[in-house]
Amino acid sequence: MERILEVNDLHVTFTTYGGTVQAVRGVDFHLDRGETLAIVGESGCGKSVTSNAIMRLIPSPPGKITKGSIVFKGEDVTTYSEKKMRAIRGVDISMIFQDPMTALNPTLTIGTQLMEGLKEHKKITRAQAKEKAIEMMDLVGIPNPEERLKQYPHQFSGGMRQRIVIAIALICDPDLLIADEPTTALDVTIQAQILELFSTIQERTGVSIILITHDLGVVAKIADRIIVMYAGKIIESGTKREIFYQPKHPYTRGLLNSVPRLDTKEELKPIVGTPPDLFSPPKGCPFTARCPYAMEVCDKVYPAQATISDTHHVDCWLQDERAKWLLAAKSLQT
Amino acid sequence: MKAEKKLESVQTPAHIPDEWFTWKERDTEKLEQVSRPSLSYWQDAWRRLVKNKMAMLGLIFLVLLTIMAIIGPMLSPYEVNRQSLPNQFQPPSMEHWFGTDSAGRDVFTRTWYGARISLFVGFIAALIDVTIGIIWGGISGYKGGRTDNVMMRIIEVLYGLPYLLVVILLLVVLGPSLGTIILALTITGWVGMARIVRGQVLQIKNYEFVLASKSFGTKTSRIIRKNLLPNTMGPIIVQMTLTIPSAIFAEAFLSFIGLGIQAPFASWGVMANDSLGAILSGNWWTLFFPAFFISFTMFAFNVLGDGLQDALDPKLRK
Amino acid sequence: MKRMLKYTLKRLFIMVVTLWVIITLTFLLMISIPGSPFNTDQASNETVQANLEAHYNLDQPYYIQYLLYIKSIATFDFGPSIKQPNQTVNDLLSRGFPISFELGIITIALAVVSGILVGIIAALRHNGFLDYVTMGIAVLGISIPNFILATILIQQLAVNLEIFPTATWRSPAHMVLPVLALATGPMAIIARLTRSTMLEVLTQDYIKMAKAKGLSPWKIVFKHALRNALMPVVTIMGTLFAGILTGTFVIEQIFAIPGMGRYFVESINQRDYPVIMGTTVFYSAFLIMMLFIVDIVYGILDPRIKMHQKGGKSG
Repeated sequence: MERILEVNDLHVTFTTYGGTVQAVRGVDFHLDRGETLAIVGESGCGKSVTSNAIMRLIPSPPGKITKGSIVFKGEDVTTYSEKKMRAIRGVDISMIFQDPMTALNPTLTIGTQLMEGLKEHKKITRAQAKEKAIEMMDLVGIPNPEERLKQYPHQFSGGMRQRIVIAIALICDPDLLIADEPTTALDVTIQAQILELFSTIQERTGVSIILITHDLGVVAKIADRIIVMYAGKIIESGTKREIFYQPKHPYTRGLLNSVPRLDTKEELKPIVGTPPDLFSPPKGCPFTARCPYAMEVCDKVYPAQATISDTHHVDCWLQDERAKWLLAAKSLQT
Repeated sequence: MKAEKKLESVQTPAHIPDEWFTWKERDTEKLEQVSRPSLSYWQDAWRRLVKNKMAMLGLIFLVLLTIMAIIGPMLSPYEVNRQSLPNQFQPPSMEHWFGTDSAGRDVFTRTWYGARISLFVGFIAALIDVTIGIIWGGISGYKGGRTDNVMMRIIEVLYGLPYLLVVILLLVVLGPSLGTIILALTITGWVGMARIVRGQVLQIKNYEFVLASKSFGTKTSRIIRKNLLPNTMGPIIVQMTLTIPSAIFAEAFLSFIGLGIQAPFASWGVMANDSLGAILSGNWWTLFFPAFFISFTMFAFNVLGDGLQDALDPKLRK
Repeated sequence: MKRMLKYTLKRLFIMVVTLWVIITLTFLLMISIPGSPFNTDQASNETVQANLEAHYNLDQPYYIQYLLYIKSIATFDFGPSIKQPNQTVNDLLSRGFPISFELGIITIALAVVSGILVGIIAALRHNGFLDYVTMGIAVLGISIPNFILATILIQQLAVNLEIFPTATWRSPAHMVLPVLALATGPMAIIARLTRSTMLEVLTQDYIKMAKAKGLSPWKIVFKHALRNALMPVVTIMGTLFAGILTGTFVIEQIFAIPGMGRYFVESINQRDYPVIMGTTVFYSAFLIMMLFIVDIVYGILDPRIKMHQKGGKSG
């Protein structure tokens, strides 16, 4: 399978009044053609920053990629000039934003906003652009595309606007689509429709998708692989099956436990506490303070990556042989 | 200490001493603490204002100005209106720190008297604007419906009236004096404040905490006082810092067209206007001091207003 | 389109009411002056007196006076001047207003164009050197009253350096100083407003989206950001017109420009009531019309506008 994207040891920092925030602290992952990768985590865990870094859309200053590489189709885009990067944005990599109510310019018609990316990057006539725009409106399921192109965003509902945003992102046939919380701002019924739309589009166009979300329900529907981020690091990654059925990191388990399920009678257990301050991230595992299985070692050294399977990796000391004894003893006690 | 040293030598999991693999005591209380100290809204705003150098410069200037307006005239041996024609147009000296004007009056003394008048006009006008504006805008926004509709239509008509022309008309009829000038400046001046308050109230009245107290049957007046007002204070304060200088400005303008405060009072506007001709004959100080203080007071209010806006804007709070 | 029409009609109605309020105010002014406002001992004679009494129908009861007053204003007849014999207010207006209008238009054009440009530059160089310098100057521009600025300009550029003529309104060179003195304040206000709204707009999601489309910075600023950033600037245009108009009173006086503002200030000083009233009504009508045009332009610029609510930003 063709590898579309490879992120290696990515570090991103933000310089603010109060000091330097280490938002992303060494992130590695990859993405193949036609695959859907979900990046999951609480707000502030660095998942959005990571996706913005891939697009090179981190506001600079204060943000900066301090280390690492982002290899897109064999080339490291962190070395690209702004001009070269512009030629990729919207053409090869597209992005969908969280809130469809604010992602569209209120003073321009839908048609203008839909076609301008096409006109910017491809040499085509107005008529061709319009034809393509209508085709895209059809693809995302908006009726009467011809008329609706002339309308303004405020004349559309939230769900419709998100469909338009998706159409805008896909109009240049990108290889990679980054969707940052694409359903969070929508009603539950609309959410399901939009997720359905993602699957349809992927089938038809073969686009790779990075889905950023904190909602595991969304992930369960469309992801192939899952990355769990916490405090700027990937703490666990694996296929959807592996993460959902054999979660290894206590944080991942906590996340799964805080999702209501129909198949068990288990009580919902929220994860207590708040994530660490990334002005001065802890040198050990950042989850230690909230972890029900915290050991002395966790505070002192960041866990070595344990490989569960070819696709399943976890950064947790509980995978160490010596911890297994402790776990066994604990399960005997209770 | 020993652990720290060991830590440096840790390269692979195998180097980690076995005794570190023991359960950690959990401190549940600590978990619920937020890592950074939380500041109240006003503390936070104040901290941010102090950081803004220009705003602080403005604030310090205004404080000093207010002090001088109170004690300045006492520091000088001269009467504010005592004319002395032989002493006409004395340049600044040890005798007359700011020089004398065309009638031989001491500019230093007159400047601080002028400060009293100008600041008084500005503050009182702003205070009246705020009072009417809060009452009008608060009721209009909170009541909503027909009340709001009627009140807003009135505001729209008043807003359409050319402010200074109405002020001029009134002063032509009433004759310019301290009281009539303040009355004229405030008669339609409160409209802007009322609109701001209404907008804020509309925004806030649907917030959960307000709905909650409403559902407990709290009285309307109490909700306005306890919930709505504190949360609308930010924009109101900012608007006030802009109303005061615009009133001072308007007073100076009125002095220029002959409708300013009349003798024996002397506002900065009157002083500057009296001296416009004098500058051409080289007696710069007669214009310089009132002009400087008008301008610097405007400047101070403007930068303070900007600073307050930044400091009080919850959108920027992170 | 139907909504736009409804909105326009509503603004039109407010405009008429406002105009009526100001006309009534001037009438109240006339009848509330102790004695007769037209009992003038100086520079007046029997015929003037008779003219005035005839024009204002002083022998009639108030309500008839009031109705006839409204009628005369509706037919653009503002009556005679007291102090300038054989001159009507209309004469003064037709002589003075074109000059004031010229001064005002040049000022507005300069203030709007340069103010917006400076605002954009400052926003794009946010927290940079240019931002600080331009905004520093803008704060000064707002802080110095125009009559003081005008005096300084005359003193420095006309008297000391002799670059520009000191006064009157004859050639482009004569226009430089008055326009500069009058435009600085509005220019500074527009620049500051443009900058702050531009900064706010630039953080919006749709700007991020435009960036994600790979648009050039030029297109992002001029196609996506500027139009939205200029909305608040359009809303303050009414206030700025009013400010510039009252500014002409001062500037025309200082630069001895024979415009309407100068006549107006003279009429105030001489208590020439018909001129005060007529000019006030005329100015108000002019400003209210401007405000109306601004409202309509805003309605055209912003497709979201809620027709039943002015501004429409709450939506």
